[in-house]
Amino acid sequence: MKVTDSMTAKHHPHVLPLGTYLIIGSLLLALTAITVYISLFDFGSMNLIVAMAVAATKATLVALYFMHLKYDKKIFSIVFVGALIFLAIFIIFTMLDTLRRDDINPIRIKTISPNAVIYQDKPVADSTDTAGQSGVTDSLTVDSAVTDQSSH
Amino acid sequence: MSHSSDHPANLAHHFTEVEQQQESAKLGMWLFLLTEILLFGGLFCFYAIFRAWNPDIFHNAHFHLDVVMGTLNTVVLITSSVTMALAIRSLQLDQKRAALWFLWSTLILAGIFLVVKYFEYAHKFHLGQLPGKYYTFQGIEGTNPHIFFSVYFLMTGLHGIHVIAGMSIIGWLIVKTSRNRFSSQYYTPVEMTGLYWHLVDLIWIFLFPMFYLIG
Repeated sequence: MKVTDSMTAKHHPHVLPLGTYLIIGSLLLALTAITVYISLFDFGSMNLIVAMAVAATKATLVALYFMHLKYDKKIFSIVFVGALIFLAIFIIFTMLDTLRRDDINPIRIKTISPNAVIYQDKPVADSTDTAGQSGVTDSLTVDSAVTDQSSH
Repeated sequence: MSHSSDHPANLAHHFTEVEQQQESAKLGMWLFLLTEILLFGGLFCFYAIFRAWNPDIFHNAHFHLDVVMGTLNTVVLITSSVTMALAIRSLQLDQKRAALWFLWSTLILAGIFLVVKYFEYAHKFHLGQLPGKYYTFQGIEGTNPHIFFSVYFLMTGLHGIHVIAGMSIIGWLIVKTSRNRFSSQYYTPVEMTGLYWHLVDLIWIFLFPMFYLIG
């Protein structure tokens, strides 16, 4: 930008070449095809990791080129990455709780609503529990009630 | 800088130059996108917890989503992101006709996305693959298969609302562009809408494999 431009406050946009958008768009479509193709094979627990790795690659391309983060001031990238860091803290710390609850209170899958329409024709999987046995009134699916009172 | 005649028409008085004004707007937009990420974050957390608790249900239920329709919608949304970016580029180059063409393309592609989504939703309503107590489908083994559809409808539904919001803003941009309100000197609303639209695309990039491919 020339000195005279800032004097007259004339704005010169930073324009990316047309080819950049077309190449990034094509890469995104190619990665979509790849992730769909990969999903036809079963890698067990790697399914999630592979699919999320491809999605993260696509997301990075969108953020860097379509959202201009590569060319803009770093402050915008800091805001974006900051949001992702807090999102990661949110999810990881919540899962540290929910994944380890079983160590203290055995978790059994229980039907949420035994009177729901889908259970009309077949017996409910388990309805031996009654409410209020443990202090934990847990959420939807998981009943963490300790049925054996003597275990304490 | 004094209020001289070379003061750009679109420059507010509390900014010294267009560049500064534009970057302030962009920072505000990014902070808004941050809140959007955290809004969806609650549902991503919902998904993570319930998938970890019920891996079999998620695996069994995800076969009931149509991968072809999901892939089609991914292609449609990525293409709309390209056209949105090109609309901004056209305005940067003062190519109004091209900008209008790309904005219309973005709007139509967003419409196609919603039409495909409508057919998917209608099919699930018909089969009773619905959240919570409305779930009546019998074809999935396991306890509480409706959890998958609760997460599915909440996440794709919130995303769909964002697509509708984006469409109305793009419609407004088309009106403003055709009235010559934007040029290479002032296209901030189009650029901000672009950031929003790319975020909507970015979220779908994650929703698609989470539901359609791995469940």
